[in-house]
Amino acid sequence: MAQEQVKVVKDKRITWKEVKRQKFLLIVSFFMVVYGTIFYYWPLTGWIMAFQNYKPNRGLLGSKFVGLAKFQFLFEDATFIQVVRNTLAMGVINLATSTFMAILFAILLNEIKSTIAKKTVQTISYLPHFLSWIIVTGILHDALSSSGIINELLLKYGFIDQAINFFAHKEYFWPIVAFANCWKETGWNAIIYLAAITAIDPCLYEAASIDGAGRWAKIKYITLPSIRPTIMILLLMNVGNVLNAGFEIQYLLGNGLIKSVSDTIDIYVLTWGISNNDFSLGTAAGMFKSAVSIALIVIANYAAKRMGEERLF
Amino acid sequence: MKKRKTSLADKIFVVCNTLFMIAFVVVTLYPVLNTLAISFNDGIDAVRGGIHLWPRKFTFKNYLTILGKENMITAVYVTVARTILGTLLALVTNALLAFVVSRKRFLFKSGLSLFWVITMYVNGGLIPVFLLYRNLHLTGTFWVYIIPGTISAFNMLVLRTYMNGLPDSLEESAQLDGAGYWTVFVKIISPLCKPVYATVALFVAVGQWNSWFDAMLYNRLKSEYTTLQYELMKLLSSVMNQSGNAANASAAGAANAAITPVTVRSAASIATMLPIVMLYPFLQRYFVTGLTIGGVKE
Repeated sequence: MAQEQVKVVKDKRITWKEVKRQKFLLIVSFFMVVYGTIFYYWPLTGWIMAFQNYKPNRGLLGSKFVGLAKFQFLFEDATFIQVVRNTLAMGVINLATSTFMAILFAILLNEIKSTIAKKTVQTISYLPHFLSWIIVTGILHDALSSSGIINELLLKYGFIDQAINFFAHKEYFWPIVAFANCWKETGWNAIIYLAAITAIDPCLYEAASIDGAGRWAKIKYITLPSIRPTIMILLLMNVGNVLNAGFEIQYLLGNGLIKSVSDTIDIYVLTWGISNNDFSLGTAAGMFKSAVSIALIVIANYAAKRMGEERLF
Repeated sequence: MKKRKTSLADKIFVVCNTLFMIAFVVVTLYPVLNTLAISFNDGIDAVRGGIHLWPRKFTFKNYLTILGKENMITAVYVTVARTILGTLLALVTNALLAFVVSRKRFLFKSGLSLFWVITMYVNGGLIPVFLLYRNLHLTGTFWVYIIPGTISAFNMLVLRTYMNGLPDSLEESAQLDGAGYWTVFVKIISPLCKPVYATVALFVAVGQWNSWFDAMLYNRLKSEYTTLQYELMKLLSSVMNQSGNAANASAAGAANAAITPVTVRSAASIATMLPIVMLYPFLQRYFVTGLTIGGVKE
């Protein structure tokens, strides 16, 4: 132990010889840090705008400071409260449904005995992940239009007497987004769960079979508990992304009739910041989003620690 | 293992599971195949609906229309260029960064890692980033697609995890023979990293190919830097604006030589998804391993 420590200390000592030997690594690092500072850290200085009445021609240094006025405006703006609600709701619904679907799909796919069938289904399941949201939105729009397949089937089997205009009613929007998300990502998200299932010791299943366990019992008592750490880690990683779940599809599918349920924080930032040129307000809203995301991930991590689960850091 | 008689419950399970998988495949494939059918169908005829897996009134016109559309050829050039250039640059820079932070003896190993991991959770947001690109004179140029997003902490982590898994002895023996770090990177580490390089290249290439938001935000007024997905997005909005008023759409279509945007948009969708759809099944082996290694162990 003591010897090991000495060795570590020796390795850590920065000698001129070591620096020269690592010249290549140091040069690369230097450029990486410069790049990272410009493109990832420098924009953080823009957060100052949230506390100013930012005017592009005056710049960050010349603009007038207004304290928390922009944040006050945000929290008094009913639209902002609405977009926060929409973003959170869709983020949580998407996270829950897509996690559930990915686990379900991974477990059921693993139960298929034929290798060819398994491979074929899996390959098909990745397809939607590679399509852009533009294409997915177009497909969705076709399927849900008044002459689309959904209305056609519903009419044919007598569930409705008149085609539903799915994009004109608020109650359909969140489920549509959740469905689109599942349609696009289930196969892709299942990759990691499938890998976790494959890593389970086959002896466990054999022992269970000898004890007379059926398929269902094996899933419940072996597969699910075994992939629990993977599920927890992925949930934790995604909790911080809950607020990021809302831009492309909402922007593309939203329309005047359903704005109050479809607009998200990102759309709000875009509208105020870019279209209305209020950079300060857009920055403040974006900052709020960042802060909530970080808070969420810290809280989730803490909760996982308290419950004795896996954690991120 | 002794073969046991399958119980009734297990048989029911197998039947239900098979039905679930069939339903899954149908739900996944039907919309895509339906789009394919519509893309080969006559425009006015398609407005009537009821086209499923086969076109009713076959035509190539929709594809000819998109070829003749203003900006389309430019969009193809720009998209191909950004995909190739962006992927190459991202691969080289992320691999170099991952190589550096995965060297056991590197002096700033953990510091540099942390510097990048932080960027995954904290970012300036849309407006400060927009202003930065404008100040750097990146907006209104092709380079706004290439330079800003090149290094990403996520891709770096996937690569780093893979490189960390390679035995140290490889590097040590090469260095005993007098090889510097650059030689180790090019001659020893990179050839072993082909699967994870393929994975990251696929991630970046798909991202580049499918992006439209940067074209809209930074190059809205520069039609010479438009991208395929952005053109597709414009087609999509024109369809959505017309929907709910089929009569209007068909009247506009009649005036426009039998072409309504629905079929044209379908054709454009199929054309833009084709390269990726043809490519990804062959890269499957790579991205599955790459994602699993990078994701589970990290």
